[in-house]
Amino acid sequence: MKLREIAHARTGDKGNISNIAVIAYQPEDFDFLVQHLSEERVGALFSDIVHGPVKRYELPKLGALNFVMSQALGGGVTRSLALDAHGKSLSAYLLDLDLPDRGA
Amino acid sequence: MKTVRIGSGAGYAGDRIEPAVELARYGNIRYLGFECLAERTIALAQQARQQNPALGYDPLLKERMRAVLPICQAQGITVISNMGAANPAQAAIKTQQIAQSLGLTGLKIAYVTGDDVLSQVQQASFRLLETGEDSSQLNEQWVSANAYLGAAPIVEALAAGADVILTGRVADPALFAAPLIYEFGWSMSDWHRMGQATLVGHLLECAGQVTGGYFADPGMKDVSNLACLGFPIAEVNEAGSAVITKVPGSGGQVTLATCKEQLLYEIHDPACYLTPDVQADFSQVTMRSLGEDRVEVSGATGHPRPETLKVSMGYREGFIGEGQMSYGGPGAQARGRLALEIIQQRLMQRSIQAEDIRCDLIGHNALLDPCRDVEPNEVRMRVAVRTDDPAVAASVGREVEALYTNGPAGGGGASRSVREVLAVASLLLPRQLVTPEVNYLTV
Repeated sequence: MKLREIAHARTGDKGNISNIAVIAYQPEDFDFLVQHLSEERVGALFSDIVHGPVKRYELPKLGALNFVMSQALGGGVTRSLALDAHGKSLSAYLLDLDLPDRGA
Repeated sequence: MKTVRIGSGAGYAGDRIEPAVELARYGNIRYLGFECLAERTIALAQQARQQNPALGYDPLLKERMRAVLPICQAQGITVISNMGAANPAQAAIKTQQIAQSLGLTGLKIAYVTGDDVLSQVQQASFRLLETGEDSSQLNEQWVSANAYLGAAPIVEALAAGADVILTGRVADPALFAAPLIYEFGWSMSDWHRMGQATLVGHLLECAGQVTGGYFADPGMKDVSNLACLGFPIAEVNEAGSAVITKVPGSGGQVTLATCKEQLLYEIHDPACYLTPDVQADFSQVTMRSLGEDRVEVSGATGHPRPETLKVSMGYREGFIGEGQMSYGGPGAQARGRLALEIIQQRLMQRSIQAEDIRCDLIGHNALLDPCRDVEPNEVRMRVAVRTDDPAVAASVGREVEALYTNGPAGGGGASRSVREVLAVASLLLPRQLVTPEVNYLTV
């Protein structure tokens, strides 16, 4: 199963920091996200571009996780050489992560 | 219980204008805010002001004001915006002229100054938050330094009866928090209410991003009528809880999902969202659907405001030169790669040194390197460099263009560009060094 099937996401940027909010469509899937979407997993997916730590914040009341990735935007939005200097496209890649099928 | 309806008419400087007109006309709102000042926008505006002292405010100010002022005056809607950018005084004068040309009278226009702190910053030395460097090391390159002001000067202008309030740099949520503070008479040291007011401001500040803009993913998250996207309205009560909604019949949607995405947009630690007015805590926020296009948000709290103000500084950091060329059909990726190798070799042969270089194959790895190799139908090679020398920046695009006759087969659609880099850095300034001031014009 892909993460995309049970969650949606949005990327935000500030300076050289990128954050990706991952939100469960169904609140009851939150614990499953907490279990399978670790800082390490997200950090590994973006290891080519994220050069600082990845920190995860939990928002159980919204069924959401917020991943904050440091040194992630090529030195900062305003000076980055990247095509997508804001890193806005990253949330879509995160949603492609494989998750174990539930109940399987 | 008393409620106040606030609309958000723009989420960035270049945003659509029709949704703001729709809000003014049909939104039954008392306030209309326009957030038009991204991190770097004010540095660009400062450059415009240096070229012409009568400029430096938002380039779309005239168009927006012409479109909404007559309706807002007729409906009793107060306009609040950071469209003053690097020159709030001239923005106010321009607005006054527009009001006069439209035949409007009895209008009080306020403008807030004091956010420009370049001279204060240049007199001392501060640690840059991004790099840890000393701000004085970049003294020659500084273009602008603006402190994020809070809601207080806007509240002052509202109390003085202003119909239009123009600011330079203020914290984005403050544009929307200020009318709540004023209407409900909230104490600005009631940290929980400041937290909730900041939440409302944060949800509104990107306009269409909470009503279904930047959300659609066909088949997964469908949104109807994005070409006529309605902008948001917050209906806030005295306790601070708010309903996010939009004009009935407008495009887009307000759902739990759109509101949750926007709540976390550009947020780091949700329990510690720093603004000049409060250290807001969004970690316990709850949302409830109240039917079609109505979502209730509540539960934000807060802690005392920080003792320092964040200052955003714009500085010149050389030039970015770029060239692109497309390759299609069988072997497109291999030809694109060959093109990139040729360019890198050419730059080496010509001893062209850039501070930083980046090579991409758009359609393959420009956004994120793929974990598997798929042969694309087409790719676009792209080389970008950052350098202090504009001639070096220009040479990259010319080398790419020369691939037409010197490079791999079938390259097409070459493009090249050079632009000056206006980078942004931040620092923290003690509050007492910043003195906001409210001034008035009348029509």
